[in-house]
Amino acid sequence: MALAATNPEQQPAIELKQLTKKYGDFTAVDFLSLRIEPGEIFGLLGPNGAGKTTTILMMLGLTEPTSGSATVCGIDATRHPMQVKRRVGYMPDDVGFYEDRTALDNLIYTARLNRIPAAEARERALTLLDRVGLAAAAEQRVGTFSRGMRQRLGLADVLIKQPEVIILDEPTLGIDPEGVRELLVLIRDLSRNEGLTVLLSSHHLHQVQQICDRVGLFVRGKLIAVGDIDTLSRELDQGPAYAVELDLSRWDDDVARRLTAVEGVLSAETIEGDALASGKESWITVRVTGSSDVTPALAQAAVEAGVRLHGLRPVRYGLDDIYHRYFEGGGNP
Amino acid sequence: MSEWIGKIGQAARRPFTGRASESERDRTERVLSPFWVMVQKEFGDHIRSWRFIILLAIVTLACIGSIYTAITALKSGVQTGGDNGDGISTEFLFLQMFTVSDGTLPNFLTFISFLAPLIGIAIGFDAVNSERNKGTLSRIMSQPVYRDDFLNAKFVAGLLLIAVVIFSLGFLVMGMGLFTIGYPPTPEEFGRVLVTLVITTVYVGLWLNLSLLFSVRFKQAATSALCGIALWIFFLVFYSMIVNLIGQATAPADPNDAAAILRQQDWLQLLSRLSPAYLFQEASSTLLLPDVRTLNPFITQDQAYLAINAPLPFGQSLLLVWPQVVALVAETALSFAASYVLFMRQEIRSRS
Repeated sequence: MALAATNPEQQPAIELKQLTKKYGDFTAVDFLSLRIEPGEIFGLLGPNGAGKTTTILMMLGLTEPTSGSATVCGIDATRHPMQVKRRVGYMPDDVGFYEDRTALDNLIYTARLNRIPAAEARERALTLLDRVGLAAAAEQRVGTFSRGMRQRLGLADVLIKQPEVIILDEPTLGIDPEGVRELLVLIRDLSRNEGLTVLLSSHHLHQVQQICDRVGLFVRGKLIAVGDIDTLSRELDQGPAYAVELDLSRWDDDVARRLTAVEGVLSAETIEGDALASGKESWITVRVTGSSDVTPALAQAAVEAGVRLHGLRPVRYGLDDIYHRYFEGGGNP
Repeated sequence: MSEWIGKIGQAARRPFTGRASESERDRTERVLSPFWVMVQKEFGDHIRSWRFIILLAIVTLACIGSIYTAITALKSGVQTGGDNGDGISTEFLFLQMFTVSDGTLPNFLTFISFLAPLIGIAIGFDAVNSERNKGTLSRIMSQPVYRDDFLNAKFVAGLLLIAVVIFSLGFLVMGMGLFTIGYPPTPEEFGRVLVTLVITTVYVGLWLNLSLLFSVRFKQAATSALCGIALWIFFLVFYSMIVNLIGQATAPADPNDAAAILRQQDWLQLLSRLSPAYLFQEASSTLLLPDVRTLNPFITQDQAYLAINAPLPFGQSLLLVWPQVVALVAETALSFAASYVLFMRQEIRSRS
């Protein structure tokens, strides 16, 4: 993956150049430029109405851009949507199936629309249903499916044409946590094992941050930040690169001195406990920031100071914080 | 013997098996273009749907009713005709199966012209908007399928289904008639019925197209169904009234001005012929009633006096209704073009 990202000669899986879409006076997508490498899992993050779906539709040639170009697998999506659609699997948000047909029928139909012969279509459909864990429900009508099952069927539907790129629009919407986890594991495995390029859009930050190689923050038609989560969180903080939270049984000057004495530590101070915690804890939470990863040294220092260490967690800025900060910036970073 | 032939065939094919199977696969792939896959699926969906079964039941009942009433009429008519010579003539007796009635129920032609639009509307009214609402449209459109193929497939599947229904009903009536009156049709009569069935299919196709247009235009299936029904009622009931109204309002002041009256009548007729129902009625009755010699209400006295009182041959009847048929096809094409343009311009988003 890292190799792919650093090799500029390789053709990008998706390349958007100054892509713009206007609906009357409203600009849904505003001069968007983006490059996604083959084999990457890219998360397009943004609040509802940020223009994520419009961008995706332009990549598939389902909507014409006002200006700019969208190139997928080296093909201009606006001019040759058919070739693009042959190589790209797209799962719309809230994917729909023919309710009175069985899951198998639905998949076979999609396969045959892709000119796959009937016998092979059936074979592929059965394999995929097994893979997404719906083998037992293959002969059930889709009308009886739960939301999670539909979403998994959607994934099978996307994969049946053996695409090079899959685009998933809000794949985790409305599924329970366990379902989300399974789906994400499935997506990651696909990308890792078969070299699929995955673009997924979401406003569920936590879920996406687990599997994305890179994310792009997309607000009001503009991409305001792109990068992997570490880079983004560092960019955001602009200060110390690492932070560690410690739960200590005691906090006094001696402990503070010992902790700050650790090499690389910049500051150490108590912070308010989690607002959601009930306050029953008998420890004090201290946040230590450092210029490098000081977690093991801090643990040692704390123990040497004779305090009991209840918890120790390196703090990475989650997407939540990143998201939140960028929003506070009012979308004009 | 056949085993032998099979074995020889296999042996002959063996050296080329690889290539043969490949080309075979190529061929099947070519046959199953996405368009025909969609047509197949649509057709299957229609046939399995409750809506279609109900519709078929209504239309079949109507047909059986009309046969019954025609046969009773024919029986009494032919009997009296045999007595004093001026009942129903035995000429084109078979065609009369479709056009006479004993007064208790409308005849086959009336039934069909009344119910045909309903079939078209019922098949098409939710073709596009239901797919949109179920979220299947965006999924299908993200497959390598041309956007117009989707609409074409809807239309072709619907039209195929309609053709099957209309023809099976027509043949059902013919068969039952043959069975009960025992009077075989001449080839000409058969041809007339066949052409009428084709025209009926075109007519239903027009309504299918109109309802497709509504289904593209309106997001709610109920709205589009209502629109279709409103249009149906409008053409069936109100249109002729409106034309009459216009006729009265624009009647020339001088009742002796023949030229003005003729011009006005021509104009009124043009107006009524905008209605597909009127066109269909003219076309089908001309074909099924060979005695209809002209569709023009104004003929000169000379023309009326000198015309031989005989039915038109098939070719001439066909010639007479040709403009009507062309107009029906043109109206179908027009509404299809409208839905096509609308659909191509629409943005396909999931469930919106």
